[in-house]
Amino acid sequence: MIPAAFDYHAPKSLAEAVGLLSQYGDGAKVLSGGQSLLPLLKLRLGQAAHLVDIGRIPGLEYIKEEGGMLRIGGRTRESALEHSDLIRSRYPILLDTVLVIADPLVRNMATVGGNLAHGDPGNDHPATMLVLGAQVVATGPKGERVIPVDKFFLGLFSTALKPDEIVTEIRIPMPAARSGGAYVKFERKVGDYATAAAAASITLAANGTIAQAGLALTNMGPTSVRATAAEQQLVGKKPDAAVLESAARAAAQATSPNADRRGATDYKKEMGRVLAVRALKKALARAGGN
Amino acid sequence: MKIDTTPEVSGMGHSMKRKEDPRFIRGKGNYVDDIQLPGMLYMDIVRSPFAHAKIKSINTEKALKIPGVLAVITGETLAKYNLHWMPTLMSDTQMVLPVEKVVYQSQEVAAVIATSRYIAADGVDAVEVDYEPLPVVVDPFKALEPGATVIRTDKKDKKDNHIFHWEVGDRAATEKAFAEAEVVVKQDCYIPRIHVASIETCGCIADFDRVNGKLTVYMTTQAPHAIRTVFALVAGHVGLSEERIRIISPDIGGGFGGKVPVYPGYVIATAASVVIGKPIKWIEDRMENLQADSFARDYWMKAELAAKKDGTITALRIKTLADHGCADAAANPSKFPAGLFSICTGSYDIKHAFAEVDGAYTNKPPGGVAYRCSFRVTEAVHMIERVTDILAQQLKMDPAELRLKNFIPKEKFPYQSALGWEYDSGDYARALKLAMERIGYPALRKEQAEKRARGELMGIGISSFTEIVGAGPSKHFDILGIKMFDSAEIRIHPTGKAIARFGTKSQGQGHETTYAQIIAEELGIPASAVQIEEGDTDTAPYGLGTYASRSTPTAGAAGAMAARKIREKAKKIAAHLLEVSPEDLVWETGKFSVRGAPQRSKTIQEIAFAAYTNHPQGMEAGLEAVCYYDPPNLTFPFGSYICVVDIDRGTGQVKIRRFMAVDDCGNIINPMIVDGQIHGGLSMGMAPALMEEISYDENGNVQGGSFMDYLVPTAMETPSWETDKTVTPSPHHPFGAKGVGESATVGAPPAIVNAVVDALSHLGVTHVEIPMTPERVWRILKEKGVAE
Ligand SMILES: Cc1cc2nc3c(=O)[nH]c(=O)nc-3n(C[C@H](O)[C@H](O)[C@H](O)COP(=O)(O)OP(=O)(O)OC[C@H]3O[C@@H](n4cnc5c(N)ncnc54)[C@H](O)[C@@H]3O)c2cc1C
Repeated sequence: MIPAAFDYHAPKSLAEAVGLLSQYGDGAKVLSGGQSLLPLLKLRLGQAAHLVDIGRIPGLEYIKEEGGMLRIGGRTRESALEHSDLIRSRYPILLDTVLVIADPLVRNMATVGGNLAHGDPGNDHPATMLVLGAQVVATGPKGERVIPVDKFFLGLFSTALKPDEIVTEIRIPMPAARSGGAYVKFERKVGDYATAAAAASITLAANGTIAQAGLALTNMGPTSVRATAAEQQLVGKKPDAAVLESAARAAAQATSPNADRRGATDYKKEMGRVLAVRALKKALARAGGN
Repeated sequence: MKIDTTPEVSGMGHSMKRKEDPRFIRGKGNYVDDIQLPGMLYMDIVRSPFAHAKIKSINTEKALKIPGVLAVITGETLAKYNLHWMPTLMSDTQMVLPVEKVVYQSQEVAAVIATSRYIAADGVDAVEVDYEPLPVVVDPFKALEPGATVIRTDKKDKKDNHIFHWEVGDRAATEKAFAEAEVVVKQDCYIPRIHVASIETCGCIADFDRVNGKLTVYMTTQAPHAIRTVFALVAGHVGLSEERIRIISPDIGGGFGGKVPVYPGYVIATAASVVIGKPIKWIEDRMENLQADSFARDYWMKAELAAKKDGTITALRIKTLADHGCADAAANPSKFPAGLFSICTGSYDIKHAFAEVDGAYTNKPPGGVAYRCSFRVTEAVHMIERVTDILAQQLKMDPAELRLKNFIPKEKFPYQSALGWEYDSGDYARALKLAMERIGYPALRKEQAEKRARGELMGIGISSFTEIVGAGPSKHFDILGIKMFDSAEIRIHPTGKAIARFGTKSQGQGHETTYAQIIAEELGIPASAVQIEEGDTDTAPYGLGTYASRSTPTAGAAGAMAARKIREKAKKIAAHLLEVSPEDLVWETGKFSVRGAPQRSKTIQEIAFAAYTNHPQGMEAGLEAVCYYDPPNLTFPFGSYICVVDIDRGTGQVKIRRFMAVDDCGNIINPMIVDGQIHGGLSMGMAPALMEEISYDENGNVQGGSFMDYLVPTAMETPSWETDKTVTPSPHHPFGAKGVGESATVGAPPAIVNAVVDALSHLGVTHVEIPMTPERVWRILKEKGVAE
């Protein structure tokens, strides 16, 4: 549990950090909360000649609503989300998510940007961000670019980020009226990655039918899986039990989980379905439906 | 239980706060890894990726080129001193470092000595080993089939993987009882391989002083004295002599049986220190600890219970296969290859019983240690409590009623069991009835019926266990020939304070508090003024250490007996001071007074002062005593646990809603500490029932070799335990106590399994194997058509 040698850099500004990343290219890694990166290095499953710690760069930790968007600084810690009144009152789906990420010790260190940038299908934020239609703001040598989260996750531990880009902000559209979201995770113990988890969001039309729906599953394939077919099934329907069940089944069918110590693939798929139903029901209740 | 001392004295029965806690709470404990010696070097270990492979070559060149890497030790290096093999506590042998082949994944292959921990790790990465994989034997049943690959080719003439056969009981009488039985139930049951996973991993600092020829080893060990003797016996030929070996066991972060064995790392570090002449620190990381250190359990049992139609149990028969991995490295008393498994008749008056156990070698780490379990008692209790429930199910009897019908009645104690034990004392019905009353048993049964009607899955499970702890009487109990007594040495200072040293070693049990309370009870010296020391073989009296719930039954008893010797001498001094004859004195806590003239008295403090300042002519000065206590019998703690579970039909997850534990460990020294032991033990009993398991794939790759997959429960998974007690003193123990550290680990698992089976019994389920993971339970739900 001792990493190979590396050089440690602690830039004081974003420009300096991006500069270091450009200079060292593939040999460099952003170090944020370190809760995913350091275990990899310690187990010698990964190596980096240079670690660029972004923890001393001012202005990357915030949670605010501005311009119709919830804006979360790229280096905002999970524990900050957990204790934010704004998140608690307006974004229960994010609170659901944060509370099932690891444990308080990890959450004190781990960051939202790192959780997305790591590209780990076992991480919990990606599914939530997918159903919320989030945008990832990446800052590189040429300045900022905005990546829709749908285009962010490319594969296992692989994202649309370039080696010299830093996630500086995550943007989430403010919730519409009569909308609700929920994240439901099933884990073997606290701190474990999901056996399966589901994020759901629902916006109801005035007539009580589903105007807009989001559904995504965690740890059920090489990336978090957005269940577009299931979402389409839901739109325009009255949200009764059979409709939710059928969407959940469609969502689970579209997954390709790996067998591991958490369970065989058939079990995991079934858990995807069971949790999708539970998440949809909870989201619906929060949207004011029943 | 009557309390005889004031809170200031805090003898037996006071929930005195733990004397060791201020240092632990403030982070001032002193563990092996906290110790820094001048000039200290670091060792790290190269481990095998294969479960069974020939070692073709080990290339150390690249490693030795790394600045700071001083040496790479291999089996060849140790072979020069004939230290590449070592004996296990079960008189088997185990490799320290291999010369020819490895026999389990993560086995030690070579050790790198370097100037820092970081450099040592880089050195490990740079050692190149060329392996030639050999066929792997994982399944112990297949290991015993003719033609199976022989693992222990080091043993001349060994043509199979069989280690031992052991049996107990009257086979013929048992067979007859089965032939005549009105009802017979059978069950196969596997108790998986698990790991103690103590928070502190294993490690040592070996410090050989070349000038004085003295070896000091700071070691994570539960049994420092035994280790010293083992070192002297196995390394005598290289000049280590017992008076020049000092084993120091400092603060220990949990042992649970996993710190009884001698691990190769200790031996390699010691050999390296002797050769290099510098202190060498070796500390395992978590994965090494889980993957290579001794495991526990791994018992494949087949049990049968014979009964009459009215539920009277008449006979028990158990056949077991024990998977020992590549060496029998259990830490049982030497004459007991299957430990105390013969407690398997449990709490029931069973006339006929027969049990047999065979041991097999497989390509897995050696073991098995008694993980918070007095030598295979967990396995025995699991089996008897399971088949008892299965019998109840078959006879459509309430499991509580069946137990009450078959308990050994309290008038029958001391009770001779069919498998040869003399149970010291017990009142099993009282404990079960108390548990039923506390949890509201009839109301729960009613609720269960209602829930069942609605399709909800709720179960209630009982376990009424009997433990067997406190090894043990010298007639039967020894480890490598050393009898399993334990010891205490007490010195009273002139001002009436005391220091006492013991042959045991606390790893969290609170000995610094409880031993002081024993002495406080016997002598009336406040427990706060009695300093307790253990774990340094240069100062403490010889003892076999702490495991198997033996400390209170053996060393605790030694403490009381030594204190009584002191009291005898104190009486003579008091008689001298009061100018009466000793027969005229009466003792009440803390003082002797003249019979009929209570105002004429001498306190223990006054007497202590006199022992050094004014002792009678013809008497030696001072006030101290030693006792090596050889217990006349083991102690038999017991209890009844009731568990209530709800099962999530969607996920298969089992939730423990309530768990009521009634324990009886005889007279209690410190109720708070006993409660702590029970709470911790219950959590450690829940763990294998629901979560923990180490298994292997067909190539012998360990599954569950890190905390990612070895699921130790946290506070979040642990229910709020409810506890209560009955007190049935041990008739033979000096102050009526029994061991308690392991009762809950032993008693809890079957209560949880019985609850889960009970929740599913209406679907025709009679048994569920552990760990009862959500997936395992969900598969049953699916098969029975009740999954959500
Ligand atoms: C015991 C434990 C349990 C855990 N359980 C869970 C869980 O249940 N659910 C869950 O979701 N997560 C879990 N995690 C992971 C945790 O949430 C991680 O911390 C998180 O995934 C990564 O965030 P970080 O800030 O620690 O990133 P780091 O570990 O610092 O970095 C991770 C990767 O992202 C890159 N990176 C980080 N920040 C940026 C950035 N701003 N811009 C560009 N690249 C960046 C790094 O270069 C690295 O490749 C667990 C971690 C631990 C240690």
